[in-house]
Amino acid sequence: MIPVEFEYVRPTSVGEAVSALGEAGEDAKILGGGQSLIPILRLRLAYPTHVIDVSKVDEMRGVRDDGDAIVIGAMTTHDEVMHDTLVAEHAPLIAQATGTVADPQVRHRGTFGGALAHADPAGDLGAVALALGCEFTAAGPGGERSIGASDFFVDYLTTALSPDEILTSIRVPKLGAGWSSHYEKFNRVAQAWSIVAVAALVKRENGSISEARIGLTNMGSTPLRASAVEQALGGADASADAVGAAAELAAEGTSAPSDLNGKADYREHLARVLTKRAVVKAAGIS
Amino acid sequence: MTAVEERTGNQVGAARKRKEDQHLITGRTTWVDNMTVPGMVHLAILRSPMAHATISSIDVSEATKRPGVIAVFSGQDFAETQGNLPCAWPVTPDMVNPGAPSLAVTQVNHVGEAVAVVAARTKAAAQDALEAIDVDYEPLPAVIDMEEALKDGAPLVHPNTTSNKSYTWAFESGEAGTGQPIQAALDSAEVTVTRRFVQQRLIPAFMEPRSTLVQPVGDGVLIHSSTQIPHILRTMMALTLGIEEQKVRVVAPDVGGGFGGKIPVTPEEVITTLVARKLGKPAKYTESRSESLMSAHHGRDQIQDITITARRDGTVTGLDVHLLADMGAYLRLVGPGVPILGAFMFPAIYKIPAYRFVCDGVFTTKTATDAYRGAGRPEATYAIERIMDELAAELGMDPMELRRKNWITHDEFPYTMVAGLTYDTGNYEAATDKALELIGWDDLRREQQERRDRKDPVQLGLGISTFTEMCGLAPSRVLGSLAYGAGGWEAASVRMLATGKVEVVTGASAHGQGHETAFSQIVADQLGVAFEDVEIIHGDTQSSPKGLDTYGSRSLAVGGIAIVKAGEKVIAKAKRIAAHLLEANEDDLEFERGSFSVKGSPGSALSIQEIAFATFMAHNLPDGVEPSLDSDAVYDPENFSFPHGTHLCAIEVDTDTGESKIRKYVCVDDIGTPINPLIIEGQVHGGLAQGIAQALFEEAVFDADGNLTTGTFVDYTLPSAADLPHFTTDRTETASTSNPLGVKGVGEAGTIASTPAVINAIVDALRPFGVNDIRMPATPERVWRAIQDGGSGGAHRAAEGTNAYGGASTTTSDGGN
Repeated sequence: MIPVEFEYVRPTSVGEAVSALGEAGEDAKILGGGQSLIPILRLRLAYPTHVIDVSKVDEMRGVRDDGDAIVIGAMTTHDEVMHDTLVAEHAPLIAQATGTVADPQVRHRGTFGGALAHADPAGDLGAVALALGCEFTAAGPGGERSIGASDFFVDYLTTALSPDEILTSIRVPKLGAGWSSHYEKFNRVAQAWSIVAVAALVKRENGSISEARIGLTNMGSTPLRASAVEQALGGADASADAVGAAAELAAEGTSAPSDLNGKADYREHLARVLTKRAVVKAAGIS
Repeated sequence: MTAVEERTGNQVGAARKRKEDQHLITGRTTWVDNMTVPGMVHLAILRSPMAHATISSIDVSEATKRPGVIAVFSGQDFAETQGNLPCAWPVTPDMVNPGAPSLAVTQVNHVGEAVAVVAARTKAAAQDALEAIDVDYEPLPAVIDMEEALKDGAPLVHPNTTSNKSYTWAFESGEAGTGQPIQAALDSAEVTVTRRFVQQRLIPAFMEPRSTLVQPVGDGVLIHSSTQIPHILRTMMALTLGIEEQKVRVVAPDVGGGFGGKIPVTPEEVITTLVARKLGKPAKYTESRSESLMSAHHGRDQIQDITITARRDGTVTGLDVHLLADMGAYLRLVGPGVPILGAFMFPAIYKIPAYRFVCDGVFTTKTATDAYRGAGRPEATYAIERIMDELAAELGMDPMELRRKNWITHDEFPYTMVAGLTYDTGNYEAATDKALELIGWDDLRREQQERRDRKDPVQLGLGISTFTEMCGLAPSRVLGSLAYGAGGWEAASVRMLATGKVEVVTGASAHGQGHETAFSQIVADQLGVAFEDVEIIHGDTQSSPKGLDTYGSRSLAVGGIAIVKAGEKVIAKAKRIAAHLLEANEDDLEFERGSFSVKGSPGSALSIQEIAFATFMAHNLPDGVEPSLDSDAVYDPENFSFPHGTHLCAIEVDTDTGESKIRKYVCVDDIGTPINPLIIEGQVHGGLAQGIAQALFEEAVFDADGNLTTGTFVDYTLPSAADLPHFTTDRTETASTSNPLGVKGVGEAGTIASTPAVINAIVDALRPFGVNDIRMPATPERVWRAIQDGGSGGAHRAAEGTNAYGGASTTTSDGGN
């Protein structure tokens, strides 16, 4: 199908983009890589008056070192993220999870920030950003502000960004020594969204797990942290049994959806199984 | 395998790369939607959002005022002229066909039914104007579940009928004289196993969405359409719209796949023709993918109640089949006949003495069903191969042993089976032995036992499908006995040009099969000309005036033979002229490698090209011989062809998540004499992908209100190469004796055979958990629930109130054996 008519704006700086957004008013949409917006437009599920294409805003692209963190520009494509050396060194969880997003064509156009701002709870990067404690930098008429990961995801397809703000970059804290990670994804066909997935970050000290952070994909209307599991893992033996016992808590506090891929109880079961697998793999338990 | 470019020697049997691919894969194709002609208007179709409703009013006046809009029509505008979409297969004399308008006039009967059409200067303008059309619907109850639909007092889909049953088609071997009475087998059975299997609804999902461009030409029309059936479409358009047949020309240019999905005469083809004629302007309609998934016909959708009887020693004594087949809202071109094609295939390769088949065709308020790759035979093969495994389990017998005990052995051919077909040749033992060896069956069985013993969370299952199918539709007499509305012949012409090149006209209509290559190979060998010198002409009723088109794996086994017959006539004509020029007696000439020579004196010879030139010049022809070698033939096969084979699947089932992952897939197919092994390989791979997809991935799901909830490829999960295993494919070659090339069809074999191999493997893995069936597709959730609960895991997918398990409220029953 063909989208309805809209005004098309293509700014070349964040400043221009913010002004364009301000002028366009409530019914404007930001076009990043277009991998979610274009299908929605073509299916006529959205009727924006203005589409603001930020693909030429160079300052929103690329990954840079920022001391104790790396900063990923919102318009950095998935493919660029997957192959970035800073990401590989300081946030391999992001590289691994990004490699499971859709297919190579989508990854060459879709963007890191676009996926996060779209806030689909079945998308892979939200749970990863939550587990990593990322900070989201938004630019608006009043300048820049920073939003913590736990505040960023508000509801289904809804973030803390206000209508006049643009997500410009994501600050990813570098993991210290002893941390390792794994993203365990479960879906039916390779290019599909996750039915459930688990992002695990684990810090090992002296044969036990000293700290763990677990993000859940598609277990509610937003990406979630599995807090009960994280608590149970703190100080637990780095053994499959201990991890399995902690992982039994993975569905606590979740509100999994029921759809064609699985009812909620099946998703809760998957969350437990996949959490165990993710932590075991992250911690290198054989 | 490696593609070998053979330049010399025999073309038949060479793995030539396809000559049509260069233009297909480099974007030089002519899809209908690529075509633009002067003055052309673009159409957009308003489709019903309701599954079942009367149309109380429809107002198009606002839409006609929209920018770029030329005209807007509703069903009322064409009520007197549109006729009914044809159904060419009244399977019983009393089959109820309530009629099928192209544009709904008073009532809609499925979501996606065409209600109005906008003609505009651009596609976007047409699309935009749709929202300005105002339709008032008076809702009627949706009819989703076949069993509910057949109950007394159920809401009627069509007000002009008295029940939702279109027909009951029955066969009983005692009555037909092809076997013993089924009742005796049921009464005297030592062992009886009954199961309900569900063939979920599938969507053909061809790559090129359907598109039609109609140009008024004088009193007639030139129709370009993405169709499998240009010839049948021509005749049917003439009959449906009352345009004289000689004034209808249909062209199927490049067509991007069909799988049966482009077999009927479509509402969109009729609507586009009506609008073009009404406006006197060329009109083009191209569907979106969403429209295609929703309103192009679907496939399968049967509930199968199967009973098999046997003696304790494993000898099968009877097979009793009761089907409910969902026609959807309307009867399409061959829709009612699809399950009937399956009627002949349930007994499959087995010597079953007694057989009954009863099928009810049922109307529901869902998208109409019609042919989808395999058409009736995948359903039959699935049921028999699944029930054989269940019988083996009941008897405590090895499933392969049970098959060996009951199948027709190679020395028993020709064999007339219980449904009345005569299988000409076959060798099930050879194909099976080869497949078992290729997959390493015994080692896998050992590993399965080890995994069971150590309670490994990942269990291994082994699945078998020893299948046959009937293809090469079809002997016209047989079709006549089934009340099919056409013959089964195919036409061809072979024309020798002055320069020695060859034109071959075929009535088969390729849409991805590789006809141009395979037919060129046959003709090159037969006439002794270069492969490159043969041109295949098809898909245009003006240049290829006679044909019955492409479906049912018929192009080679029927269309190819027609070409051979025409070639024989060319050689016979050439021989007479050669004898004259060589001053020899015709009986003393031999024709070999394209050259006529006098037996025993090889010095004097004339090539067929030289004869062709001499014929063109016509300076020196024998008296009374017309100056032409060109020849036509129409071939009507005397029998179907019966490909067979053994497919084996080893699958790993993760009992923690329910995920099933194919580890090894081996198939040994016997499709007779191979023409082009590379094309065979391609057909088998594609067929396997679609058959495995039915087992594991695909399902068209409707909710209780009749909305298609799998309306995009996000929810209708087609597998990609990444989701499928490596296929190990091989062949045995038992030539068909029913045609001069010894060929059998190959287009559907992979799809027909593979589905039960996969499901049998999953059930085999999980039998120790009390699992005795898995509904298709075997989603991880279903498999996991089956492991939790035993039984079939059937009634679990998605929210309640969908047809995701064969009917909104279908109760599952596993037979109690």
